[in-house]
Amino acid sequence: MQPALLGLFTIIVGVGGCIGYFYFSNLFLDKVLFPAKGVNAGRNINRANMIRPWLFLAPALLALSLYLAYPVFATLWYSVTDRDQGNAFVGLANYRQMFDDPKFWEALRNNMLWLIIVPAASTAFGLLAAQLTDRIKWGSIAKSLIFMPMAISFVGAAVIFKLIYDTRPVDSNQIGVLNAVWLQFNGGAGSALLLRIMPALLLGAFGALVGFAGLTMARRLISPGHVHPTAPMKVLIAFGVLVSAVLVFLVLRGILGIATFSFPYGVPQTWLTIPLWNSIFLMVVLVWIQTGFAMVILSAALRGIPEETIEAAIVDGANPFQVFFKIKMPQIAGTIVVVWTTITIVVLKVFDIVFAMTNGQWETQVLANYMYDKLFRANDWGVGSAGAMVIMLLVTPILVWNVYNARKEMR
Amino acid sequence: MDNIAGSKSSLTWAVHISVVALVLLWLFPTLGLFVSSFRTADQISSSGWWKSMFPQEQNLTLRSADPDDEGAQVLRDGVYVVEGNLFVQAGADVGASEAEISVWGTSSREISTYVPGDTAVLKDGETMTVQVNGDYVWTGEAQMSGRGQRAFVTAVTPPEFTLDNYRNVLFDENNREGMAKAFFNTLTVTIPATIIPILIAAFAAYALAWMDFPGRALLVAFVVALLVVPLQLALIPLLKLHNDIGIGKGYLGVWLAHTGFGLPLAIYLLRNYMVGLPRDIIENARVDGATDFQIFTKIILPLSFPALASFAIFQFLWTWNDLLVSLVFLIDSTGETTVMTKQIVELLGTRGGNWEILATSAFVSISVPLIVFFTMQRYLVRGLLAGSVK
Repeated sequence: MQPALLGLFTIIVGVGGCIGYFYFSNLFLDKVLFPAKGVNAGRNINRANMIRPWLFLAPALLALSLYLAYPVFATLWYSVTDRDQGNAFVGLANYRQMFDDPKFWEALRNNMLWLIIVPAASTAFGLLAAQLTDRIKWGSIAKSLIFMPMAISFVGAAVIFKLIYDTRPVDSNQIGVLNAVWLQFNGGAGSALLLRIMPALLLGAFGALVGFAGLTMARRLISPGHVHPTAPMKVLIAFGVLVSAVLVFLVLRGILGIATFSFPYGVPQTWLTIPLWNSIFLMVVLVWIQTGFAMVILSAALRGIPEETIEAAIVDGANPFQVFFKIKMPQIAGTIVVVWTTITIVVLKVFDIVFAMTNGQWETQVLANYMYDKLFRANDWGVGSAGAMVIMLLVTPILVWNVYNARKEMR
Repeated sequence: MDNIAGSKSSLTWAVHISVVALVLLWLFPTLGLFVSSFRTADQISSSGWWKSMFPQEQNLTLRSADPDDEGAQVLRDGVYVVEGNLFVQAGADVGASEAEISVWGTSSREISTYVPGDTAVLKDGETMTVQVNGDYVWTGEAQMSGRGQRAFVTAVTPPEFTLDNYRNVLFDENNREGMAKAFFNTLTVTIPATIIPILIAAFAAYALAWMDFPGRALLVAFVVALLVVPLQLALIPLLKLHNDIGIGKGYLGVWLAHTGFGLPLAIYLLRNYMVGLPRDIIENARVDGATDFQIFTKIILPLSFPALASFAIFQFLWTWNDLLVSLVFLIDSTGETTVMTKQIVELLGTRGGNWEILATSAFVSISVPLIVFFTMQRYLVRGLLAGSVK
């Protein structure tokens, strides 16, 4: 119990120290340094009030600078130096070494997949859950059950899902749900419906949606109508068109793949060793956790929509789908962006799930685990720090966007 | 809303069914772990947990008592008799005696030759009779020797659960898993790492919300920027710093690290909340001659309780569930200061097949956050809504 005593001691010292610091520093300021009496009372009060904010801020600023701001620059410095050469400046050698490492590209590719799939899926499921539970009586119970995985650690979730993905030899009982379900498929009509037609339809619907969005954007680019987009806006729209074209192509290829793929029916699969699919199985874990978050925020946003707008739409004869897509969606678009970016940040830092379930084997590496590998297994601080800087670089647009919005709000 | 303009939505039923399906889908994974933690190792590896709720049909190989055992064999009316119950003989848990045999046999190739109550004729004029509940009578004209007679039975066993896993994981002093120790270590990390940042952040948030000084807007932007800085960047520089100033790896280091990493969210949450407090109260207090320190401790702090609670829950969940920070700043080569998440990862790696230990350990580690979650969900939701950058 010695660490527990130490913990108690730390709480007392930490809390007591903080209170003591704030109390006595204020006392010192008011009574000793600039006493509010005597000839200079007025001037002293003003001076004390100029200094006081910094007394309140000092411990926090110190901790923030030391524990978050300083490491950004220190890591940047480590990424351009070599520890084995006595911390000599080596320029971009570490980055070059990292770019030559196929594992890095694998991690980057997987991270990109995570970045697309997890925020999209979590937000979509969250929105679905928020909308469905919005008007029903037991909605709050349903919501708190879907929200529950938020409290579960990534490691705990990894164990939970390892049990689901578990594999046993072909002639024994499967204890993993996924394999038990898989063995129900036998290549008959039901299998064709569930494994070929349904996914193809879903993919097709997604592709059609993306294609439609792309066409709309393309039309805006070619014949802008009465609103002329600015030059940077044009670039953005062109980029959007390009992305949607690529996505449509990928969807078509995916549908072809689904139609022609020969499924290994009747054979239990080791799900976490099938490249690409195993990454998706890992993503499922994070989607399972983050959906609750998306749901809570979006549910509050849905509640915040003025009733009159919905009533007016219903009076005008809109059906529930039109109400949702044309009235509600535009009003919560801002919140959707917030949810999306927040989950994106979580995804960029994702470490525990991969570390616990596959440790980057079988082509499931992600950046956070890659840099942990380099830092603490290979003991290569240079490349590890370079990897960390790549994560920082990916976060930066969101950082700038958040700061920009916060400043706008302050004004 | 359903009744607006007098029209009841025809989708209501579809909505109810979809929500039920969604909730079940989300609950199913956790339920699997929960149920598995109450099953024995054999049960977990022989059947899926979803079957454990129902009686199961199993093929078992059982043996009668050894005839050579003292008092097992009796001479009755000129025949030698061995009697007993197959399930009890198997040493099986007493509960298994509720099992019901549907068919049985005496050879591994023919396990369904007889129904309960039949008498099987064996070699050397021996016979065997097995009843539904596993009672058997084995007779022979000559004295029997060697091992007991085998019986291959197909039996339906009722659902069965045990608390042994929890006893093993939590209370067994000499188990190798050391979960109990890790549990206390995790608590030791968590509590100071939750309390200390709150206090530091509260003062800073007050200054940022209600005190006027040059550079305030810039500092708020600074905090917002730090909200998203990945803590991966901090690992090496801080570990080096800790080593240089002599803290090394240990509790102090992990408390400091958690404090630093938790501060941006704490300051952001608390500032957003405090800005919304009514201006009148604070200005009246100022007019009455209260100092900033008094305003803070007597007015702001009590009024900000909901925000403080929100952040406390966040920080608690985050530090309890954390793996990376503990791996880097706390756990040294002795392994004395290991935390639960680390222990579970170890178990996953080295003993991936021992589901009974793994499931129980994981559930022990999950249960504390779940309790916090369900009792304080209100504050958690409020904090989430205030904390997502708008």
